[in-house]
Amino acid sequence: MANVTLRSVRKTYPGGFEAIKGVDVDVGDGQFCVLVGPSGCGKSTLLRMVAGLETVTGGEIDIGGRIVNGVEPADRDIAMVFQNYALYPHMSVYNNMAYGLRNRGMAEAEIRTRVDEAARILELTSMLERKPRQLSGGQRQRVAMGRAIVRQPKVFLFDEPLSNLDAKLRIAMRVEIRKLQRRLNTTSIYVTHDQLEAMTLADILVVMNGGQVEQVGNPLDIYEKPATTFVASFIGAPPMNLMSTRPEEIRSQLAGSNAADAGIVGIRPEDFVITDETPAGGVALPLTVEAIERVGAETFVYGSREQEDQRVAATPGELPPGEVIVRIPGTQAPAIGARIRVAAVRAKLHLFSDDGRTRLNG
Amino acid sequence: MVEEEGFRRYIAHVILWIGIAIVAFPVYLAFVASTQDNAVIANGQMSLLPGGHFFQTYYQTIFVGTSGSTREPVGNMMLNSLVMALLIALGKIAISIISAYAIVYFRFPFRMSIFWLIFITLMLPVEVRIYPTYKIVADLHMLDSYAGLSLPLIASATATLLFRQFFMTVPDELLEASRIDGAGPFRFFWDTLLPLSRTNMAALFVILFILGWNQYLWPLLITTRDDMQTIQIGIRKMITTTDALTEWPIVMATAVLAMLPPVFVVVVMQKLFVRGLVETEK
Repeated sequence: MANVTLRSVRKTYPGGFEAIKGVDVDVGDGQFCVLVGPSGCGKSTLLRMVAGLETVTGGEIDIGGRIVNGVEPADRDIAMVFQNYALYPHMSVYNNMAYGLRNRGMAEAEIRTRVDEAARILELTSMLERKPRQLSGGQRQRVAMGRAIVRQPKVFLFDEPLSNLDAKLRIAMRVEIRKLQRRLNTTSIYVTHDQLEAMTLADILVVMNGGQVEQVGNPLDIYEKPATTFVASFIGAPPMNLMSTRPEEIRSQLAGSNAADAGIVGIRPEDFVITDETPAGGVALPLTVEAIERVGAETFVYGSREQEDQRVAATPGELPPGEVIVRIPGTQAPAIGARIRVAAVRAKLHLFSDDGRTRLNG
Repeated sequence: MVEEEGFRRYIAHVILWIGIAIVAFPVYLAFVASTQDNAVIANGQMSLLPGGHFFQTYYQTIFVGTSGSTREPVGNMMLNSLVMALLIALGKIAISIISAYAIVYFRFPFRMSIFWLIFITLMLPVEVRIYPTYKIVADLHMLDSYAGLSLPLIASATATLLFRQFFMTVPDELLEASRIDGAGPFRFFWDTLLPLSRTNMAALFVILFILGWNQYLWPLLITTRDDMQTIQIGIRKMITTTDALTEWPIVMATAVLAMLPPVFVVVVMQKLFVRGLVETEK
């Protein structure tokens, strides 16, 4: 049981590349923290620094009240689950789980108790004598989890543990990981690029971009009040529509409110409705339907605006300027090429400064 | 495999059988000769069927040796060859797996220079550096010794390169998982890397054992005493006689005996050997 605290942690590679540019995160005891961001944002590097697999250039990493900057991975009291599981191919499932305990000089009887217990929890009991190559992807994943839990560490570290699994198994394992973590109540840090995984697993969500933290908080708070346009477009699928307020079309609708100062206005696809009315203080847009996606419960409408947007798409995952996504109930489906009018109410607008770095409404 | 229709398969088999005959016939002939009486061979009336001197010839070959030329029991020569081949094969594997481990997994100054230094020794086989190597071995008083026979042949760039290539395919996460599991560099090497290299080592052992067994030039140079000579040298010496008839049955028996250990090694290690060469799953 332990807190994990990162204080202005930095990482600069010998070549001068700054992978982590000062990160502060505080993960409480027993909490599940998810680091999420696009590839190359430094989330895996940060996790590996907590694990002790990467050196720390600056700042402090504190696990359970002990600063571990110079401590060997084995002595940090952590356990890690790797993306490719990193099981020892020549060892049986039992020995894979027992190896770390043996290296610590634990008595064989105690090892057996712990491995049997972990195998029971993870439903691996009948497979203890098999080699990793005789197991399916999901089973290997569970062995990797087993190897972590037999250690009874202070902290679990997960490095994209589900990305090698197929979609269905990924969802099942996601739920299993969450249940397991709640049951063991062990502080966990989990890295993923999948925002859905991030939203569903996290107690604390850390959104990272370019080696920096964009926003930290409860996943729903982040969803409802993204602090920057990066977070706004990264969290949520399909992404939030971000539009410049400069074109007359939008500027005139926002005039006379505090929203007039905003450089960028964001509206989530589900906050639009197809209507001919213009809500007071809200935004209404005429669109030409370019494409629709019917997925059953809902329909996604991809529309293009009449007027060109002057914003340049700034971050990965963001929509191209001028394109708008609208989510409507699955029972509706406008024809392609149709001209529709969509609107969002004032309370659903997300207002950002011109550079997208500051949120203007509370 | 593509299924061929009857006639073409028949042709293929005929070609294969011809190939086998070309390879196997001289071996068979050597065996037949080793079971005949020397006088019969000498006057050119050797039968193509085995004669009746099998036990007598092989007993004499292994335990007594020729009565004219070398007079050294071939059993002893085989022991020398075996010790030399084993020392070379095991020594090369041991040295090169350690050096490959250092080069792949440790960051030390001049790492790449050292790698290239090892690499360029490929251009310096024993034949090229024979005089200086002989001088060194002689100065170290290692002539006529197993150390002198094997040590100069142990340093091996090929095996180091092979292990290096293999280590580079081992996922880094295995090392990291070991570190988190509390295994230091030695334990990682011993508990993880060595077991994973098992098939590679077996394949190398087969190749290197045969290489060592077949050494001719080097043993010829540095062994002078008859009791230190290897079987390859022994055969050569047996044939040369000054004023007596070459004892062909014994020479042929020695040749047959010289073939057995490599064949044995290949047959025993074949499964591991093939897996070592083709296996991709880590």
